Amino acid sequence: MPILWKQISKGMRYFETLFLCLEETTKTNEKVSALIDYLSSVPDEDKMWMIGIFSGRRPKRTVSTKNLRRWAAEKADIPLWLFEDSYHIVGDLSETIALLLPPPAIEVQKSLNEWIQLILSLDKMEEDEQREMVFYAWDSLNTSSRFIFNKLITGGFRVGVSQKLMAKALAEFTHIDPSDIALKLMGEWSPLTYSFQSLIENEENEGSHSRPYPFHLAYSINEVTDLKGEPADWVAEYKWDGIRGQAIFRHGQYFLWSRGEELITDKFPEFEHLISVIPPGTVLDGEILPFKDGLILPFQHIQTRVSRKKITAAILKVNPVVFRVYDLLEWEGKDIRSKPFIERRTLLDQLFTSIDSSLPLQLSPVLPFDEFDELKILREASSENGSEGLMLKNKHSNYSAGRKKGEWWKWKIDPFTVDAILIYAQSGHGRRANLYTDFTFAVYSPEGDLLPFTKAYSGLTDKEFIEINQWIKKNTLERFGPVRKVTAELVFEIAFEGIQESKRHKSGIALRFPRMVRWRKDKVVAEANTLEDLQLLLKKSR
Amino acid sequence: MTNKGLLVHTALGLYCPKADVYLDPWKPVKKAILSHGHADHARWGSSSYLCTPTAAPVIKYRLGEINLETLPFGKEKLINGVSFSFHPAGHILGSAQIKVSYKGEIVVFSGDYKTANDGFSEAFEPVKCHTFITESTFGLPVYHWQDQKWVFNEMEEWCKNNRNNGQLSILYGYSLGKAQRILQGLPKSVGPIFTHSTIEAVLNVMRNQGVSLKNTMPVNEHLTRAELLSGVIIAPPAVQNSNWLKKFEPIRNGVVSGWMALRGARRRRNADKGFVLSDHADWEGLNEAISLTGAENVFVTHGYTDILSKWLIDKGLNAHPLETNFEGDEVL
Repeated sequence: MPILWKQISKGMRYFETLFLCLEETTKTNEKVSALIDYLSSVPDEDKMWMIGIFSGRRPKRTVSTKNLRRWAAEKADIPLWLFEDSYHIVGDLSETIALLLPPPAIEVQKSLNEWIQLILSLDKMEEDEQREMVFYAWDSLNTSSRFIFNKLITGGFRVGVSQKLMAKALAEFTHIDPSDIALKLMGEWSPLTYSFQSLIENEENEGSHSRPYPFHLAYSINEVTDLKGEPADWVAEYKWDGIRGQAIFRHGQYFLWSRGEELITDKFPEFEHLISVIPPGTVLDGEILPFKDGLILPFQHIQTRVSRKKITAAILKVNPVVFRVYDLLEWEGKDIRSKPFIERRTLLDQLFTSIDSSLPLQLSPVLPFDEFDELKILREASSENGSEGLMLKNKHSNYSAGRKKGEWWKWKIDPFTVDAILIYAQSGHGRRANLYTDFTFAVYSPEGDLLPFTKAYSGLTDKEFIEINQWIKKNTLERFGPVRKVTAELVFEIAFEGIQESKRHKSGIALRFPRMVRWRKDKVVAEANTLEDLQLLLKKSR
Repeated sequence: MTNKGLLVHTALGLYCPKADVYLDPWKPVKKAILSHGHADHARWGSSSYLCTPTAAPVIKYRLGEINLETLPFGKEKLINGVSFSFHPAGHILGSAQIKVSYKGEIVVFSGDYKTANDGFSEAFEPVKCHTFITESTFGLPVYHWQDQKWVFNEMEEWCKNNRNNGQLSILYGYSLGKAQRILQGLPKSVGPIFTHSTIEAVLNVMRNQGVSLKNTMPVNEHLTRAELLSGVIIAPPAVQNSNWLKKFEPIRNGVVSGWMALRGARRRRNADKGFVLSDHADWEGLNEAISLTGAENVFVTHGYTDILSKWLIDKGLNAHPLETNFEGDEVL
């Protein structure tokens, strides 16, 4: 029955099915086959939106979430406070709205592309008109399709489809090599500017000369004994704590990409001069580091560079940076990622013989060692050199897309830890909706006040969270909306990567990557660390 | 408040001082009246118990040798001048709302309830009262249940699909209540129904009391994979990540619970599939039940107590949240 099939294929149902499938399974094979089923069933525009959405290229936000919340409460005929309370418990705005609305009047089947076009058209409308269009959509969709529509309009898709997985599915579908596909998916494109044919099926496209290579990533190791082979098979470098970047020099132009595939060329104008010294047809992989007077500065200096919209001369002066290079991916216009690391590194060393040391371009040094045991000493010394541990790279490895076991390892220095006291709890989002998982921790000041200094969300098992939740319910002192103030009684070990001064926090301290390591049931609050301990750590880390 | 001191909220649970009786007490007391047999309502250690005749066998099975009396639905029992009676709550087999009246004042404690008729438990009956103490497990407007027929169709599809992929379907539900509902609701086409021993034990207690239930086969080591694959397994939620399941791989986990309405809960439970089927009332059900009692005072317990109370206050009722396991006395 061809007519019926056509009707179904118009609907957003395929995308909905795909989404549920991706969410329900953790198995790669099942995800790939769901993606292929989708690709085989929908028109090209819907293929493009799917690829776009799952790689963070979602349609532009055209309606404020504030309005969506208001309209949803109105449509569901409930007061706004009840909407907000429900949202807080569900933890996901799109899902809350989908669940609260009355059943659809008449279901309408439109393709993913058609719904997205409707969402994009809201941009030029007056608020009343927008509201009417959104009501029309809600009235035309069942609960699960509504959820997808809301996700599209709020831009909140966060489903796990890695670049690797997407490339694998597209490769199977098109019979194009997965590494070619991975390359085509990189860089700046959007489903609005590219068709499926021009992005995936064609050999070359206009954007291709700015396109970065997929970054190679490292796995963590905990012990140097985990390394396979002989010491001579490995190269050791410091692990730099900056922003991973890929600098592209092609056709007289220069582009800088972050690992998140964002084009950050404009944020670092100092690198533009490099066009005159780096030959065209060169791609460098390295770390952008805050650097002044021969020293690496704390990470916060680079944060200001990335967060500012406009980079002024003053900012350049206060927060100077360098690009510390550790790999060469393209040389003389050729992709050399399949060459062994040691050959790429040799070419890189040669390139640097002609680089003036006054330029903001540096080579990440190779650390000589003869025995694996020596690495332990090098690692101990890494923080004195402004790094956060060691990188260990297999000399024979090529530069593959993403993570691959046994090629690059990171061996970080042990994190800092403090024992802190739980004082506030808030329920989490997503998988942890309805469970108190977002905790605020405090330490005692010399005056005996409890000063909150960090939040942490992760690091405990589900079982521990459930136990703590029961405790929280019985030990609530006060409630402020979704937040509960609890008796200062439980002590947790908090690990973190760095400590900085902060004017925004009462404690005067901010942590980097804080997480809970364990619940110290063996400790009472008097045994927890104090503000003085934290200040001491701050001093040491400077 | 109209009925001063007829029921009091204490550290042991709801208490009627006049009759010296506790309703679903949390700790051992002299006289306990039970709404139903779930572990958070029927606790061990009290000197005497009262429940409905249909709930009694399972409560005896779970609490052992206890001093248990029964009172049929709708019949009154006077204790020191206070009248107590049971009225169907529709939650599980034998589950009751407890009506307490004294000198013209009527208070109803809902226990757990659902307003939709599941075809197995005695169907919910609203009881007129002055004060209604309601549960609020799913007291949020995001909870809206589909007709159970729709859910069982979905279950049937899922089981068939799994079988075609060579995967064994496992449905998780509490041994008391949900397991019977799944068993009775599953269409014939899913094939023979295999059970975990704890579920089989409860089913046998019910069969012995004369309840008509479908045939089941407890899972045992003599069953071949082909035999198991021709049907489905019903198991209690606690075994989901246990070794017991290892020998059945490859499997698909279907969790049957009202909580499955939320994606976060589905992911937290590691469910391959969540079936939204609850033995508690949804938002509409709670509101309907409250309104049918005609009560002007509503106490909200077990669940989203704050939110449901605030909503009822907005609607002009005299409502209060009632925390369970709350320390200290509070006069209703």
